Parts: sequence; C-alpha cells; structure tokens
Amino acid sequence: MLILEEHTLVYDSTFDGFLTCVFQVYESKLKQVSFQRKNQVQESLFGINTEIITDLEKADRVWKGIRSHSTARGSLRLYYAFLSEQAQIESLLLTYIQQAFKSRIPLDSDFGNEMVLKISQIAKSVGREKHRMEAFVRFKLTKDDIYFANIEPDFDVLPLISKHFKSRYADQKWIIYDLKRQYGLYYDLEKVEMMNLTLPENFDPTQTASEYFTPSEMEFQTLWQNYFQSTNIVARKNIKLHIQHVPKRYWKYLSEKTT
Amino acid sequence: MSFERTQEKLKILADAAKYDVSCSSSGSNRKNHNKGIGDATGMGICHSYTEDGRCVSLLKILLTNHCIFDCAYCVTRKSNDIKRAAFKVQEVVDLTINFYRRNYIEGLFLSSGIFKSADYTMERLVAVAKKLRLEENFNGYIHLKSIPGASDELMKEAGLYADRLSVNIEIPTKEGLKLLAPEKNREDFLKPMRKVQNEIIQYQAEKKIIKSTPKYAPAGQSTQMIIGASGESDQQIMWTSNYFYKKFDLKRVYYSGYIPISYDSRLPQLGTDVPMLRENRLYQTDWLMRFYGFEVHEILNNEHQNLDLDVDPKLGWALRNLEHFPIDVNKADKMMLARIPGLGMKSAHKIVQARQFRKLNWEHLKRMGVALNRAKYFLVCDSRDFERRDLTGPQLKSIILQNSTSKYQNILSPQLNLFE
Repeated sequence: MLILEEHTLVYDSTFDGFLTCVFQVYESKLKQVSFQRKNQVQESLFGINTEIITDLEKADRVWKGIRSHSTARGSLRLYYAFLSEQAQIESLLLTYIQQAFKSRIPLDSDFGNEMVLKISQIAKSVGREKHRMEAFVRFKLTKDDIYFANIEPDFDVLPLISKHFKSRYADQKWIIYDLKRQYGLYYDLEKVEMMNLTLPENFDPTQTASEYFTPSEMEFQTLWQNYFQSTNIVARKNIKLHIQHVPKRYWKYLSEKTT
Repeated sequence: MSFERTQEKLKILADAAKYDVSCSSSGSNRKNHNKGIGDATGMGICHSYTEDGRCVSLLKILLTNHCIFDCAYCVTRKSNDIKRAAFKVQEVVDLTINFYRRNYIEGLFLSSGIFKSADYTMERLVAVAKKLRLEENFNGYIHLKSIPGASDELMKEAGLYADRLSVNIEIPTKEGLKLLAPEKNREDFLKPMRKVQNEIIQYQAEKKIIKSTPKYAPAGQSTQMIIGASGESDQQIMWTSNYFYKKFDLKRVYYSGYIPISYDSRLPQLGTDVPMLRENRLYQTDWLMRFYGFEVHEILNNEHQNLDLDVDPKLGWALRNLEHFPIDVNKADKMMLARIPGLGMKSAHKIVQARQFRKLNWEHLKRMGVALNRAKYFLVCDSRDFERRDLTGPQLKSIILQNSTSKYQNILSPQLNLFE
C-alpha cells in the first residue's frame, strides 16, 4: 500500500496566505495537506513542513478561480468561514475549493452536501459576530479627541466591520481595538488603517479612567445607564431572553451592563 | 447641558416612552452624505437588550409627559399623579448626537404627550428632527410620532426629516376606544396617517421622474395596538391589522400586551399578568400574513375567533386543514413548503435550492434545521418512512404536544392537564 507523505503548509495566517497555499497545492499536486499558522507552529514528527510565502498574485489567481466557480455570495462565504479561525478550517475550505473547481455548476446552494452546509453554518456564525460587534462597540471619548473602543470578538471580524464604521462615523476619529488579537482599526477622518497599540500598563479596558478620557465621558455613560434602566419594563422581565440576546461574555465592555 | 437636570428628565421621559414597543431602525435608505454623522442604510441594529428581552435600538423618549388628554390606558394621562417633565429641543438634539457618536443607538424615536394643542406639539417634534438633519448633518434614523389631529402642513414637513412616522391607534375596536378614550375618535388617528401615505406615494412617483426629489419618510409608517385592555378578540385585532396593512400600506403593526398601570375599573386590575403568550401568537399571525402568503381569514374567522395558545397559528391552521397534507418537499413550490408546520421561510428557501442537486431525505431536512417533531406529520420526502396513520386533527395535536416542550410551559400547564 502506498503511504502518501503529508505536507504541512505553514503560512502567515492571512487569507491571501491561505490562497497562496491553495495555489501551491495545485502547482505541486500535493495530495495530503494540512495547514499551520505561523504563530502557532508545532514541529510535526512525520511529514514535511513547507513555509509558504504569501504571494498576492498567486492569491489573486486562486480568488478569481473561486469567483468564477461560485456565486458572489458563495465566495464571500468562504472568506467569512476563514475568519472563524476554527481548527482545520483551512482543510475544509480546501476540500470545498477542490470540489467547486471540478463542478460545472456552483456548489453554493447544495445544502444537502454536508460540507457546503457546514461552511455556510460557520460563515453564518461569523456573520452573526460581525453584526454583534457593529452593535456592541462602545466608544469612549479620549482626551486626544479620539473615540476609542476595545473588543474581544470570538472571531476575527475587524476586517468585516471596517466599512460599516467608516461610513457611519465619517466626521469623528475612532479606534476599534481587538484586545484578543492585538490589532485595531484607526480612522483619521480620511481612511481606515490597521494599527498596533502599546497600551499603558495601568490601562484597564473595563474602566473609564479620567487620566485618558474626557470629563464628560463618564456623564454620558451614566446617562446611558439611566436610560437603559428606565426603558426596561419590570412586569415583562425575561432574563433568559435577555442573556440569549446579550451573552454574558460581552458584558464587560458594555457600559450599560457594568454598574 | 446641565448633567443633573438632564439626568432627571431622561429618567422620567424614557420611563414614560417605554410602552411604545416599536424599536425598528431598518427599512430606511438614508446614506451618510457630505461626511456628516450617521448612516441609516441596511439592516437595523439592536445595540442592547433590556432585562425584559426587548431590543434597544433607538433613544426612545417623550418630548414631554404633560398631556391634555385622559386616556384610561395611558400612563401619562392627565389625571395620573406622576412627575412631569419636558425636554428642550436642544437637549434632545445633544443627547441623540452624543449617544450616537458612542455607538449606543441607531437614532431617535421621539414621541410626546399632547400639550396645548396637536399642532403645537407636532411643531416641536418636527423642530427636533429638522435641527438634527440641517444643523448637525445627522443621517441616522429618526422615528417621529404623528400627533393625532396635527395639520397636513406639519405632517408634510415631518416626513421630510423623519425616516418613519407612526400613529398608535392603541385600541383595536371603535367601541373600546369610546369606552377608554372618550375624548378621541378614530378619524383623528387616520387623518395624519392618510396624509403621510399620500405624500409617500407622491414623492415616490416624483422620484421616478426627478432623481433629486428629497426623501420622504423612506421607512414608511407603523402603528401599535394594545392587547387585552378592552376585551377584544384576536379576530378583531388581526382583521384591524390587516385593514391597516392593506389600506394604509403600513410597514409594521405592533402588538403590545397591556401592562396594568391603573386602578380604573374599566381595565384589567393591577397585578394582572401581561398577556405575553397571546401577544406572541399575534405576532406569529402577523408574520404569516406578511411573509408566508396567508390571508387573515384562513387563520381567524367567525368559526375561529381566537388563536390557540398551546400551538402556533400555522400548526393550528394545518390541524384544521389536513386535506392539504402531506406535502412532498421534493416537488412542492416554496409557498406550499412554507405552510408546513415547523418549517420556516429560510428552510423553505434552502430546500428549493438544495433539491436541484439531489432528492432530500429526513437526514437532510434535519441538518438544515427543520423542526421535525412537528413537520414530520405533514410532509413526505425521499424515504419510505412517513406518517401512515390516518390521524384526526385533535389526535395529531395531542401527539405533537406530548412530544414537545414549550417555553411557555408554566402558563400552559393548567390547560395541558385537560388532555390527560
């Protein structure tokens, strides 16, 4: 029996990096492939570790291929699913892409196919997290006149929410910072850029220290908390539903939930 | 803005506004322009949820809770002994902008008690919206209340700044209104609603010819009815609702279970439970009418004047109309699929797409999220396994109830005991 060697492709954990890996799989006709993100490399005992250098041109060719074999919605779904960062998501996506390239019609709506359904479900939960972050970001006004928010989303949704915040808050500077992944978006009234921050050691993201934020900031938070209390109808109390809509893991950065 | 004064007013005027259940911030198409603040395109966003599980999307407040009317069901009625307050126009503008900038809200929902006269009140609501749009370059969502009895000129102006306008008819029947709000008559509610409807139609027609025609209430109109305050039947509620959807092109009708707020003997007494289950069944019926292609008389008619509380209205309809079933999921059109109990519009859509690739069986349906505990009695698929017994409606109902648990179990259990 033929034992196929397993190739582990190590890449920079970007989507373009992943697409470059897919290119490599086709070019080198690799059969048994697994993926590893550069920041979480484990030496494997068997098989070959190959480092893949992200190549935008190759990535673009693969993406165009995907686009021509699926609907706009279907290809976007792959990107969403990728951002879930789930274990082995790359292998699942690779299988999908390979099947899609072979199929004459787009697989996107083949919901009887377990893999298609699975990817669409993962993409859906990433979409839900994107929508949640559009809702749960709470800006606080800093002394430098920047509206600052920190988040810790389950999935890497910053790239997905950038456009939403840019068109909404066009006349104010803002930063949305992902504490878990340690990068953020900064809008400077012209464009949105990715940024890294070195937060001061004494910075507590759950608090509004007067050292960093404007004096009126705390007043508006208090007004918001008052409003949140007043608009509740005690006779209709339904904590289970409340928690279903605002799961507890999001509470620590929601000013209305932190009193 | 004095913090303490504003805080006091906000508490009073948010508390008084909370009985208006509308929270929608969707359906508009107002884009950010000139790099201003805000954007009201796309989906609505619920920025938070209160402990009663309701969405917080808009800053929902009254301009004032002073009111010259004495409607029995209303907490701000003239004769009620409560603290009164009034916002200045600028205070509402400042609160809205500062909440919006912090991403607390999608916009403003401004209502008011009626002070001095309908026009005097409406004028001030319009002034807030106008200031937000013209001075602050605010493109977020604005929902204004249309004050019953307001003049046509003011209603015309309101629509130029608001995304949505609403008048709450509150009491579903004329007789109920006469009993609980004798100073009001239905025509006062309908007049501003009709004016806005006509303006929307006219602006849309002009827009087709002249592209630069300004927006006029792009998110349309809505209304609200109080449930369980005047002894009305579900049939009366939903037929009224249907009338408003059809005759006034309303985007939404909201149903608000009456929350006892008064010792008035004409109303349910303090401490009476809010009819939340009934409210839920009414919303389900509303969805069946708007999205599932049901006519209101299929669900509620002279033979069935009230909805079942123990089963949802679609299942109730199916049990009374077993001759339409079973439905073949591999052949039936989408609107027929959507009539299968336990199978919603999203599943129907998935099924129609997925069956182009292969015939679907039970496993496929289950994975797509169809609630088979109900659906399995009403469909056939690519399997030799299906319900073969010739069960009657009541038999089927009792089998389904035995095999499912409702989140309303506590409310229902006394009734369920009857079947045992």
